[in-house]
Amino acid sequence: MDAVKRRKLVNGIVLILSTLAAFFGLLWLFWILGTLLYKGLGSLSWEVFVGDPPAPGDNTGGLKHAIVGQTIIVFLATVIGIPIGILAGTYLSEYGKGSRWANFIRDLSDVMMSIPSIVVGTFIYAIMVKPFGHFMGLAGSVSLAIMMIPIILRTTDDMLRMVPPELREAAYALGATKFKVIKDVVYRAAITGIVTGVILSVARIGGETAPLLFTSFNNNFFTLNIFQPMASLTVTMYDYAMSPYKYWQDLAWAAAIILTFGVLGANILGRVIAHYKFKK
Amino acid sequence: MAFIIEPVEPVKIVVDNLKFYYGKNLVLKGISFKVPEKRITALIGPSGCGKTTLLRCFNRIHDLYPGNRYEGKILLDGENILDPNYDVIKLRIRVGMVFQKPTAFPMSIFDNVAYGLRLQGIKNKTELADRVEKALKDAALWDEVKDKLNKPATALSGGQQQRLCIARAIAVEPEVLLFDEPTSALDPISTAKIEELVVSFRDRLTVIIVTHNMQQAARVSDYTAFMYLGELIEFNKTEELFVKPKEKLTEDYITGRFG
Repeated sequence: MDAVKRRKLVNGIVLILSTLAAFFGLLWLFWILGTLLYKGLGSLSWEVFVGDPPAPGDNTGGLKHAIVGQTIIVFLATVIGIPIGILAGTYLSEYGKGSRWANFIRDLSDVMMSIPSIVVGTFIYAIMVKPFGHFMGLAGSVSLAIMMIPIILRTTDDMLRMVPPELREAAYALGATKFKVIKDVVYRAAITGIVTGVILSVARIGGETAPLLFTSFNNNFFTLNIFQPMASLTVTMYDYAMSPYKYWQDLAWAAAIILTFGVLGANILGRVIAHYKFKK
Repeated sequence: MAFIIEPVEPVKIVVDNLKFYYGKNLVLKGISFKVPEKRITALIGPSGCGKTTLLRCFNRIHDLYPGNRYEGKILLDGENILDPNYDVIKLRIRVGMVFQKPTAFPMSIFDNVAYGLRLQGIKNKTELADRVEKALKDAALWDEVKDKLNKPATALSGGQQQRLCIARAIAVEPEVLLFDEPTSALDPISTAKIEELVVSFRDRLTVIIVTHNMQQAARVSDYTAFMYLGELIEFNKTEELFVKPKEKLTEDYITGRFG
């Protein structure tokens, strides 16, 4: 009886502690979201989305240049990062499985994942910005892609390796070739995980500032030219928050809200898509 | 010491001094026997005796993993399937397999059964639909799934998934069907249904079934091969083997003295 009581007590304590820990972890998220909404919601307006960049001292203008720039930079990074990451992950899990070469690449990719993002930025500065002689949006995309690739590679590799070998064998047993097995069965079985990995990587790089400082830099004018310096929400947010003008500081709050909810939205959208696809 | 009979039926597969290595590890130590056509042959024996390893030689699924090596011959209709030049894709179309755990692909019920047909290049919608229906009927699953062919196969129960895998395997009309302990993950009712199916293939397909359940071997098979430590100890008509085993080891095993 005593032992049972003690177990129940321990059970209760652990339950309370773990619940508290969960609340503690989530508290910060809601605190941040709350502060953002409280401070930034007031500065959100139609003007913020469509207005041209503000002039110093002038209380009009918006973030169109940064929103469009951010979208282009992240989109291009994704276009570069997804195929390389997924194909490399496929190689590690399916083709190079167990080989020393594959294990070496996997370790290398893990090391790459923890490279400080500013180092990636300076690297791209050296190989792209310096030779061309000026900052450009494309360089920003490349440095973000470099950060994405190891994340996508790792999740793809992990997700593919979680697909039970019996499933592959069953497809081979029907006379499928290796490519068919991977395309028709392995990818399908792992699609949710891979999509989640891609989304996580987009969310991860969406908020990066350091790799863009040395590459796409910033541009206080609207541009669609990826070979020119390009504004991004993160760098713009930094610049405006540091500026002496109240209106610019408000725009920085607005940028923070747009960025945060953009990333959140991307997450939710991705999960919905993954869920829907998996159901099919 | 081994007692191996010649089947009275026409022979579909000849196993001739088959040796199999996992790396340096010799797992099958020279196996020779003949598998009768359109009959059900059971492979029994204690864990680790090599029965599953032997089964997996018949469609060369071992080829998927590096370091595996065969010696000797397996003749399918007189052709040596272990010949490196033998087309394994063709082999696997002729020799189907059903696995221990249900292996429904993450796609719809229809697409699961149609998968092997599509691999063979069949695109005609009516033909696909007809053959999927026939396979599902042959696997006694049609009535349960005919209204939800577009639903995901993974939503089916374990027993239904296993019958789906059988439907998928027979849809391509193989000549030989291999079963690797197909009921070991299933409840008794599902097991009975699978056994009924296996029996229904007699006279249509050459079936080889690995089972660790001796009653199952006795219930479904015409011939039984008893293996022990990588060797074939006895191959005989199932009745004979269970009623009057010729080898001491066989007798000890079927009377439950070991294993």
